[in-house]
Amino acid sequence: MQEIVEIRNASAGYSNEVVLHNVSLSIQEKDYIGVIGPNGGGKTTLVKLILRLIPPMQGEVIYYGGDQRNLIGYLPQVNKTDRSFPISVNEVVLSGLMSANAGLRRFTRSDKARAMEILEMMGIAHLRKKSIGELSGGQMQRAFLGRAIISEPRLLILDEPNTFVDNKFEHDLYELLSHLNEKMAIMMVSHDVGTITTYVKTIACVNRNLHYHRSNIITQSQLAAYNCPIQLITHGEVPHTVLGEHHHNQD
Amino acid sequence: MLHLFEYEFFRNAVWAALLASVTCGIVGSYIVARRMVFISGGITHASFGGIGIAYYLGLNPVTGAAVFSVLSALGIEYVSGKTNVREDSAIGILWSLGMALGIIFVFMTPGYAPNLMSYLFGSILTVGKTDLRLMLGLSAVIALFFIRFYHIILFIAFDEEYARAHRVSVSLFKYILISLVALTIVMNIRIVGIILVISFLTIPQSTANLFTKNLRLMMIYSIIIGIIGSLSGIYTSYYLDIPSGATIIFAFVIIFGIAKAIQAARTSAGIRRQIG
Repeated sequence: MQEIVEIRNASAGYSNEVVLHNVSLSIQEKDYIGVIGPNGGGKTTLVKLILRLIPPMQGEVIYYGGDQRNLIGYLPQVNKTDRSFPISVNEVVLSGLMSANAGLRRFTRSDKARAMEILEMMGIAHLRKKSIGELSGGQMQRAFLGRAIISEPRLLILDEPNTFVDNKFEHDLYELLSHLNEKMAIMMVSHDVGTITTYVKTIACVNRNLHYHRSNIITQSQLAAYNCPIQLITHGEVPHTVLGEHHHNQD
Repeated sequence: MLHLFEYEFFRNAVWAALLASVTCGIVGSYIVARRMVFISGGITHASFGGIGIAYYLGLNPVTGAAVFSVLSALGIEYVSGKTNVREDSAIGILWSLGMALGIIFVFMTPGYAPNLMSYLFGSILTVGKTDLRLMLGLSAVIALFFIRFYHIILFIAFDEEYARAHRVSVSLFKYILISLVALTIVMNIRIVGIILVISFLTIPQSTANLFTKNLRLMMIYSIIIGIIGSLSGIYTSYYLDIPSGATIIFAFVIIFGIAKAIQAARTSAGIRRQIG
């Protein structure tokens, strides 16, 4: 397995507030990591650290091999979008290619063809000329996912992909991600622990520290040991080992 | 109507209107899309400080305004990059500080400052050849910059964080763009004045925005609306003998009103079609 990103004993945060303490994580090809943890525990800080939006205060983040610019595709939380901004769906998807040449190159015919392919794959080709604000939450998520994968990054990071999404798209989304996972590593941040653990291969519990759990089956007592206070969704009578009940497809 | 073109001052005014429409159409669309109207207002009023200081030192007021407004623009951009400063408060302070400095320095300047009113309210009919050359140069720079880097400007404006994650030189672009905003404001203060320049940067753009949600088309439509509005403003002000800057802005508002009515009519016709 080839390593893509390695975080070594890194601390990170904002101004004078350290959010993540001495965190280590290695992301390798074909990984599918679910990132869980309480609000304010540092999930988004971890994402920002990997995306190089904030520098580590201590320790280091190492990126291995290939084109550094095109290493990571990113799906941000959709609710941060300015819905009245004048940009078309097609342009949003194309913007995923801006990393090449730091965005100074013009789009070629093959870039545009590639954008069309992605739009079709996402099922929003008919909406490509609409402005982003005219889309529903789910359609907007598709456009942003298209932007994240058009450059075929080696690592795809998704921040809360299942907020504002209809059930139909949620199912399609996980299906698509499993398919993409054959080509790229995926890291998915989510509140919805019950759902994501069905799909991910491993789990990172983030609450100021990071505990890496090399399985997608996690119990309430393990979470407690990881100092990661989240409530697992309970099904029926088994209150503490719920996630073990889901169907697993580990490889 | 055409006999007015025999006068050089009138020809200059028409050129100024065309060039102002180009710079304001392009830069104003960027301002409106990025919701930078308040920042632009701050830069505009800060530039009055530069005008006052230039008067006091016996320098060219336009140069003074340009230096002062570009520096304040870069300052605002720098401050807004730091998380723990209240950006709107900082702009508010700069806004009034600029005006205060301007008033103090103009007051301290010996003798009467005859053109001061034209900086506050603009006077397109007194634009000279030097002004026009500067405006032409700025229009060319802005047009070329936005054509060449259109997509990257669009992407940074839409999602700065995403551009940063892709290793794009976001800060460099933002510094260049805010400087172009400042220079556009300064050049167009000659036309409509400090008090009204923000309307030239927002009313045609908001009108264009009624009909398109594409930034490039918004820029083109704004330029066209700017030309129509400013030319009708110049003619009206000439024949009615009223201040040109204010008349141009009034023309913009009328065009906006008409556009809004057309849009409302279209929407209701569309709804009726859907119901019927």
